[in-house]
Amino acid sequence: MSRGDAAISVAGVSQAFGPEGDPRRVVALESASLEVARGELMCLIGPSGCGKSTLLNVIGGLMTPTSGEVAIDGERMHGPLPKKVAFVFQESALFPWRTVLDNVKLGMAFQGVARAEREPRAMEALGAVGLADFAHHYPAQLSGGMKQRAQLARALGLKTDILLMDEPFAALDEQTRMVLGEDLSVLLARTGKTIVFVTHSLGEAVFLADRVAVFTARPGRIKTMITVEEGHPRSRSFMTSDKLARLRNELYELLHDEIRKTMGDTRP
Amino acid sequence: MKGARLGYRLVQVGFVAVLLLVWYWVGRDELVSPILLPPLPACWDEFLALLASGSYWPDLDVTLYELVVAFLIAASFGCAIGYVVSRSRFSIRVFDPLFAGLYSIPAILLFPLYVLFFGLGAGSKIAIGATIAFFPVVLNTIAGFDYVDRAYVTAARSMGASELQMFWSVMMPAAFPIVLAGLRVGFILAFLSILGSETIASLAGLGHRIVSYAESMDPAKMFAYIFFAILIAFLLNGGVSLIEARVKRGPG
Repeated sequence: MSRGDAAISVAGVSQAFGPEGDPRRVVALESASLEVARGELMCLIGPSGCGKSTLLNVIGGLMTPTSGEVAIDGERMHGPLPKKVAFVFQESALFPWRTVLDNVKLGMAFQGVARAEREPRAMEALGAVGLADFAHHYPAQLSGGMKQRAQLARALGLKTDILLMDEPFAALDEQTRMVLGEDLSVLLARTGKTIVFVTHSLGEAVFLADRVAVFTARPGRIKTMITVEEGHPRSRSFMTSDKLARLRNELYELLHDEIRKTMGDTRP
Repeated sequence: MKGARLGYRLVQVGFVAVLLLVWYWVGRDELVSPILLPPLPACWDEFLALLASGSYWPDLDVTLYELVVAFLIAASFGCAIGYVVSRSRFSIRVFDPLFAGLYSIPAILLFPLYVLFFGLGAGSKIAIGATIAFFPVVLNTIAGFDYVDRAYVTAARSMGASELQMFWSVMMPAAFPIVLAGLRVGFILAFLSILGSETIASLAGLGHRIVSYAESMDPAKMFAYIFFAILIAFLLNGGVSLIEARVKRGPG
């Protein structure tokens, strides 16, 4: 894959927190390189603190890396690109003082969408995530799963080519997460977006991803890349298939030692 | 649930009723000199006469004028300074404890000085009301803007919010409930300190009238004005609560 083809290209990105020489300095991410093809869904998985969310923030331009560079559509990025990249965050980043509809519309206002266009586009995005009936509810009136769907609608309303999702279902129970995962697969197959999805759920990673980037324990490096050969949208039968189970186990084997390291466990 | 709430109300009403009843008996049997504690019915009659005559207007006018001006001064300075302070971690570290410390000094002690500076009239009342109300407003404004959830700011930034949009659509509404609580406390404190300072040294106002009736040995009229001040406090409080409920409900 040449660099021009990639929607996202990350080259040797390191991210450290704290000044150099400070004993408390933390190297979250060390020399990460990867390329995400147009229309691809890549999951980042690894032990806590391995820098996968950091990498996502760097890709989205919310953080400037200590070294290395990120290019979106072949252009080096220097800050958020709201026309090209949208985020879905882990905890509810919906504005609680606005209705669901107004949240989606406000995102467009920030992005610079013409006023008249906002309402129909917002309703379309809410329809796509099945929340049209809750457009006039406030976030506090929604369940956790609905809030995350509303956040997804806000991101979809921005009509960006790239969607960055930072553990969007982490706070939800497993059943809700599985159903939302299915919905997401269907939705994303339809929109053809390029997606980077951070998760700590092995099953979720295999179910959603075209490729899974496995991180080492801190300082996070990309240990290996696993390819999931399966078309989108993915059905419930894939969720329970042997293939998924096998890949999931493979992933667990890869992560096992890394997770022990983060627990300070040194047994052989 | 409903039954329990009715229970609380009954006890509350009963408490006030017992208080009034004791007052009534003490007055009827003249257990305390009527100069100190006039009989309840006499006070009540004076209160009704006061309401009917409308003779409270000049004093109410003065007190409300002082309150409004003092509150506007405290609210605008408090919000503006609070916002500026909240902009940097350094200034929060410096000014937040400083204001909190000053807030704990009983500012009413400055009142004699204020009288020298601003005179016996409305000026010194406005100054003391504004001084006292300033602190809760400025402290809550600092806290309100300081505690805005970073997740909102990050989300807005990722969607391309400009500085102006960030302020009006994110920072302001996020900080608003805490700022509003500060304004509410400031308003109540301004009212209390203005009434109080009117009783110390003044030319007019509800507090002034209460003291002048006390000094002219007309306690029934004094109590009538106290009832009236309570009524006004009650109405102001209710008004503030109503405004608070309305602005909180509507979209920010």
